[in-house]
Amino acid sequence: MSDVTLPASLQGVEPVKSIRTPARLDYVYTAGRASSRFLHNVANKRLVGQRCPVCHKVYVPPRGSCPTDGVPTEEDVELAHTGTVTSFCVVNVAFMGTLMEIPYVGALILLDGSDIPIMHLIQEVPYDQVHSGMRVEAVWVPDDEIGPTLESIRHFRPNGEPDASFESYKDNA
Amino acid sequence: MRDVAVVSFAQTHHAREVSDINEVEMLMPLMGEALAGSGIPKDRIDFVCSASSDYLAGQPFSFVMSLDAFGPWPPISESHVDMDGAWALYEAWVKMQMGKTDVALIYAYGKSSPGDIRRVLSRQMDPYTVGPLWLDPVSMAALQARVGLEAGTFTVEQMAEVVARNRRAGATNPYAQLGGEVDPAALLAEPEFVAPLRKHDCPPITDGAAVVVIAAGDAARELSDRPAWIRGIDHRIEAHALGLRDLTRSVSTEQAAARAGVADGPVDLAELHAPFSHQELIIGDALGLADGVDVNPSGGPLCANPIMTAGLIRIGEAATRISRGGGDRAVAHATSGPCLQQNLVCVLEGE
Amino acid sequence: MGKERVAIVGIGQTKHQSTNDGSIAGVVRTAARRALGDAGMTWSDIDAVVIGKAPDFFEGVMMPELYLADALGAVGKPMFRVHTAGSVGGSTAIVASDLIASGIHERVLTVAFEKQSESEAMWALSVSMPFQPPMHAGAGGYFAPHIRSYMARSGAPDHIGILVALKDRLNALKNPYAHLHEEGITFDSVKDSMMLWDPIRYSETCPSSDGACAMVLTNEAGGDAAAAAGRAPAWVKGTALRSEPTMFAGRDQVNPQGGQDCAADVFAQAGITDPLREIDVVEMYVPFSWFEPMWLENLGFAPIGEGWRYVEDGVTQMTGELPVNCSGGVLSSNPIGASGMLRFAEAAMQVRGQAGEHQIDGARTALGHAYGGGSQFFAMWVVGADKP
Repeated sequence: MSDVTLPASLQGVEPVKSIRTPARLDYVYTAGRASSRFLHNVANKRLVGQRCPVCHKVYVPPRGSCPTDGVPTEEDVELAHTGTVTSFCVVNVAFMGTLMEIPYVGALILLDGSDIPIMHLIQEVPYDQVHSGMRVEAVWVPDDEIGPTLESIRHFRPNGEPDASFESYKDNA
Repeated sequence: MRDVAVVSFAQTHHAREVSDINEVEMLMPLMGEALAGSGIPKDRIDFVCSASSDYLAGQPFSFVMSLDAFGPWPPISESHVDMDGAWALYEAWVKMQMGKTDVALIYAYGKSSPGDIRRVLSRQMDPYTVGPLWLDPVSMAALQARVGLEAGTFTVEQMAEVVARNRRAGATNPYAQLGGEVDPAALLAEPEFVAPLRKHDCPPITDGAAVVVIAAGDAARELSDRPAWIRGIDHRIEAHALGLRDLTRSVSTEQAAARAGVADGPVDLAELHAPFSHQELIIGDALGLADGVDVNPSGGPLCANPIMTAGLIRIGEAATRISRGGGDRAVAHATSGPCLQQNLVCVLEGE
Repeated sequence: MGKERVAIVGIGQTKHQSTNDGSIAGVVRTAARRALGDAGMTWSDIDAVVIGKAPDFFEGVMMPELYLADALGAVGKPMFRVHTAGSVGGSTAIVASDLIASGIHERVLTVAFEKQSESEAMWALSVSMPFQPPMHAGAGGYFAPHIRSYMARSGAPDHIGILVALKDRLNALKNPYAHLHEEGITFDSVKDSMMLWDPIRYSETCPSSDGACAMVLTNEAGGDAAAAAGRAPAWVKGTALRSEPTMFAGRDQVNPQGGQDCAADVFAQAGITDPLREIDVVEMYVPFSWFEPMWLENLGFAPIGEGWRYVEDGVTQMTGELPVNCSGGVLSSNPIGASGMLRFAEAAMQVRGQAGEHQIDGARTALGHAYGGGSQFFAMWVVGADKP
């Protein structure tokens, strides 16, 4: 920095302004029991959440614990593949690794039977027609491409049902 | 200073690799054990402080989700350090000194198994001059051991004795990863790993977690039959560059020990976070431990070394022994950084 | 607060910019030296160093406090590293304050920094976890739906976000340390900037900055000495931290309980019952413009649903009743790890009367606010010109 006075021997020497150190570290992540079970179910085209024994809220994807009560969640709850858009955003920036055509819509979707929305894409509808309360259904990738990842759901699309009332999702808006 | 004591401690059964559960699943049962298991209602906790490392987890802000294990609702007063859990305990102890916090929960976790721990820890070094060399902690510890051996500070026989004693103690600790009867002479017959260190001079690679509850004054007496009172706690850091330090000494441990008052009374037992065998000898000297002090009755980090956690475990182990009447005065020590760069010393006493 | 009163007697920061040519050590040291100079101290006067930043991946250095011990004069002293989320700069200042308030130390140097240019921030944040739901949209994509929810709930018109962005960028022109100095910025130029994550426009988002902030904190004797020497200290009147889970059923991310509780706690400590009237100036963590009206409500300055009207009525302008982010705020400079501490430091600068062109005349009491994560980590302090 400018408040350093260099000794005479270094004056006029071209400063090293940056060095490049490529660093590669490989990790093997642990999904954990709850996520592992959830993803196995996804691979079988099932969405299975878990209910907290204390507050009775249904979490999806389940993480094995209730974040407010700090207790294990063990009761499985089979969820519908339909839900309600609670909020959304229209994305106009291309993100690394995203092959989406912009603009596209990322939405918070409250699956029927669950108490917490998941984030996913809304497609097959013009982006400016997406709105909160819209009823949507999951569109799965072809059966031979389904695996233990939420990307097995390609996106959600309107399912034609009338909008849900604000009352039905107000706790998650 | 306000009287603060360790009133509860829980740790995992440490293992080389815990691959079926994530951090939350690892921590949640420990929280239950440390609270419900000790009759401490969750709503008595006024402050939570945790310790972990994104570099271990391979994920930025990895600590955020692990807080779910506590269930922080209604919202809690909470903080996190990217240091060993012993420093998280220090932060909580400082909060208590201000008078309004009475019971605090500290947790720490470290899973080394997701990555290559030697490569990961090499990222701690000066990024401009040392980082590009990928110098790893085992190599640096070997360098330190070489200096000590050549200076006559300790011998390979003493190092082997340290390993044998810790392994023997580890056999009595159900949470330890390693333990058993080993002959020091047989240890010396084994090949060198990173000379002059042999494999057994190095800590095992461990996945593990720990939870400690501390409480002030009357709250501590209420929550524990025999609280382990923190009579002194201090930490100091040294220069980062190895060439700027006398590697045969731990000056920062000496400084912290003086301020924590280690020499103010006889020490019954010590739990030292010395990951390498020769470092236990260096730390023992720095603390001025007399002959006869029971050093690492748990088996220490040579028998289980969950990164970010092993220092907090030393405090928990020492406190548990005090609480169970296994001693009246103990020293717990934690370290961080290459070749013992940063050290924390905690003196615990029964009443 | 604790046994000891806490005074802020020295403040320093770097010029925030997209690429700082200094080393990491050089950047933190520059801020620290400026804080020491402001305090009339040298390295040897300091008892302990508290450093904060998050996350380590941004510079590619694990636990950088180890490497920075030498540069920050910490050898032989306690060096403490805080690592919370975006609130880290605030949490770090609070740990430093606690070390004084508890009577453990007399003079503490606290520093927070970020060198986003050192690594790829977007890369560091996008380590993809194979079994977690795909995010699809980055940080803006996470927050945009909550902003939309706020607009729906409150009926706030679209131009509110533009007004906030325009105000903060104009304020930044008065702050020589601010990263963005957009001469000629207008309502229309913000309005016409690209819509990134509808409803968030490009000019309503924060930049990526390199920068550091440092403060010297002392006990009451130190504060009195500074005052006697003609360097008015800022006095800490309250500090608070709150955290809540990232995701839970029924979580209100527009008006999080943690922020409400944190504000209530810090105001109670400072004896403040009517924040709008009693707080003279606020430095608020606003990385996307819409968070200003949301936090005005969350912190209790405005009734629920009315925050946007305060923006529209000019209440948060430098000429208004409650000036917010006179420094230009996070919207004008965002060295992430330091952004929270900058809010705390700028609040202290205001009550010390050292904010230069962006000074609010006669400011006596100020709030510094930081938040992080998915709006679930909060750190705040109230500072005043008068000894508590």
